[in-house]
Amino acid sequence: MSATRNDATVPMTAAPTSAAFGLDGAETCVRMISPNGAFEPNAAAEEFLPYLDRLTEADHRRFYRDMVVVRKFDSEAANLQRQGQLALWVPSHGQEAAQVGSAYATRPQDHVFPSYREHVVGMIRGLDLVDILRMLRGVTLGGWVPEEHGNFHLYTLVLASQTLHSTGYAMGMQLDGSTATGNPQTDQAVIVYYGDGASSQGDANEALVFAASYQTPQVFFLQNNHWAISVPVARQSRTPLYLRAGGFGMPGTQIDGNDVLASFAVTTKSMDDARAGYGPSLIEALTYRVGAHTTADDPTKYRDPDELAYWVARDPIVRFRTYLQGRGIEQEFLDAVDEEAADFAADTRKRALEITGPEQSVIFDNVYAEPHPLVAEQKAWLERYEASFDEGKN
Amino acid sequence: MNAVVDTNVASASLPMTKALNAGLRRAMFDDPKVLLMGEDIGPLGGVFRVTEGLIAEFGDKRVLDTPLAESGIIGTAIGLAMRGFRPVCEIQFDGFVFPGFDQITSQLARMRNRHEGGLIMPVVIRIPYGGHIGSIEHHQESPEAYFAHTPGLRVVSPSNPHDAYWMMQEAIKSDDPVIFFEPKSRYWPKGEVRFEQSGTPLHASRVVRAGTDVTVVGHGAMVSVLLQAAELAAIEGISLEVIDLRSISPIDYGPILNSVQKTGHLVVTQEAPGFVSVGSEIAATVAERAFYTLEAPVLRVSGFDTPFPPAAVETHFLPSPDRVLEAVDRALAY
Ligand SMILES: Cc1ncc(C[n+]2csc(CCOP(=O)(O)OP(=O)(O)O)c2C)c(N)n1
Ligand SMILES: [Mg+2]
Repeated sequence: MSATRNDATVPMTAAPTSAAFGLDGAETCVRMISPNGAFEPNAAAEEFLPYLDRLTEADHRRFYRDMVVVRKFDSEAANLQRQGQLALWVPSHGQEAAQVGSAYATRPQDHVFPSYREHVVGMIRGLDLVDILRMLRGVTLGGWVPEEHGNFHLYTLVLASQTLHSTGYAMGMQLDGSTATGNPQTDQAVIVYYGDGASSQGDANEALVFAASYQTPQVFFLQNNHWAISVPVARQSRTPLYLRAGGFGMPGTQIDGNDVLASFAVTTKSMDDARAGYGPSLIEALTYRVGAHTTADDPTKYRDPDELAYWVARDPIVRFRTYLQGRGIEQEFLDAVDEEAADFAADTRKRALEITGPEQSVIFDNVYAEPHPLVAEQKAWLERYEASFDEGKN
Repeated sequence: MNAVVDTNVASASLPMTKALNAGLRRAMFDDPKVLLMGEDIGPLGGVFRVTEGLIAEFGDKRVLDTPLAESGIIGTAIGLAMRGFRPVCEIQFDGFVFPGFDQITSQLARMRNRHEGGLIMPVVIRIPYGGHIGSIEHHQESPEAYFAHTPGLRVVSPSNPHDAYWMMQEAIKSDDPVIFFEPKSRYWPKGEVRFEQSGTPLHASRVVRAGTDVTVVGHGAMVSVLLQAAELAAIEGISLEVIDLRSISPIDYGPILNSVQKTGHLVVTQEAPGFVSVGSEIAATVAERAFYTLEAPVLRVSGFDTPFPPAAVETHFLPSPDRVLEAVDRALAY
């Protein structure tokens, strides 16, 4: 029925542009703090307000500190890449509020499945961010042991693959009785991060199907930063992404992803519900990738400078700082955070340069858990071959 | 119908479907972390009835009738394995594994390596495979080379009920992912299953008929074709030594090289297309390691390098005993 089609919304012949403007009026999008830094919860935020009562003054400071520190870390890492010290860098500039708020909604017993841009989530879960740099410096394919770092799982580079792993993991929590026992101190849940581009992948959709089917204890945290490299979100979806949740049979909530309190409150409710046995849910955090996709990208080739300006004016850190100032935070604290961030970045740089490569044996060592004749033979051959050069010298 | 096979006896004559069922059941008894996942594997028992009766016995927390999505099955099995489970996934037919191919090759196969040895991936993927059943497109394929080519996977294929029973249990015990190819055309013929012990490790190849003139190698349903060929050859006074590969990755070359030392001739066979195939790999390796004992080039008998054809002409596509013997004659003519 062509009469019901609204072809005017997105002209599919031309590349659709980002639907990034006009967010400020969206009534359905949960927001606590206005872009100008005032505490002005909208109607959609009402049911989530009680979750803010959990936050102490120290938590507020922590949120701010983490956002500032990771942004500084982020620019230092980009510098390292430009200086040839990293193969690639994946900036998170602009997405700090979505990430910090949601990360603080997790409990120690939870498991976190990141995509590849959630550096501060890792930091909050206890990961040393230099471990992330090890992967981007090309000395490891992974970088850390998830169980020893806040159950923060490895980055996954094939888009949306991790959504299925996280759903399987959450199924395992159900099967081994680690969730929905009624004890919020021990009940476990999973949060998985993915992007607006990844939301088009089959795996992301299959994960939602499996999660809904088995009612997994799980939150799908979709960061809609409006771009998948050079392709705007309008190419991925003609419907707001959070509305897709309903089609899978789970609740979906859209939040202002540049509002750290909205991110914290909504994710806290979703994770609490997941741990308590109410099943999976999806959160779409509207945010913006202010920087390039990676250091290999040139966003000036495809992005409207006005759009960027719109989002820069809604910067999550500036917004939260204004909010904190409204609450009377002392300037000394803000200055101390800046200083700490600078020290953190300098320390990162220093330790990144100290990262050393692995032994060549890593080529072979962990391909299989059990002995494998072909791999063993090739490992021995390479050792002999390389030793033969040394013999020649003597 | 009583689906449960009594394994508390010395041996029984069973079709491979029942032997696999008994192997799965034993593994589920032995280890509560073993789970079955797949499409229609619950009350129906799978389209080939391999899991028949298991949901009734173990419940729907051990036997998961999943949503209909192969990447979803493999991807969630990976998550379950990270959590300490040992999932056994059923792919309904050979041609339907490809929606899950990315999760198998990019994730399952590499997960341990990416974690620098920090975890194990004990996932078994069962794939009913191969021709001779007269079915429609995507139901008769032999995709084993794709998986054998992927580092991190183990690939095996039993040719008879006894091996099916034991190899299934060993595959489940393996801490590495195992792609388990079940030859559909051998699902129904009965064979003796000895319940005390396997006799052969999971990754060992084995001489199943001794001979002196030409060594012939194959796996899965090819083994029975090779045994028929050996019968026919014997009538003409040619003695074939038949080797059941059993493991496609890794390949156990010991019995093959020993045999070639004796016969000087090797014919490798498979239903899969021959280009860049398991048979090509064996031919190359044996040429490297037994060059001076070979009296003829290693010859391959394979499916053609075409899509699996309409069933009406499949007998022309699939290697038959006669096609094996044609290659044997060519090898001996050198
Ligand atoms: C399966 C797959 N296809 C393509 C790529 C290359 N790629 C890496 S990131 C990316 C864009 C992802 O966009 P989105 O999911 O919105 O996440 P974002 O990068 O914006 O955080 C692409 C196309 C990939 N990593 N995986
Ligand atoms: Mg994006």
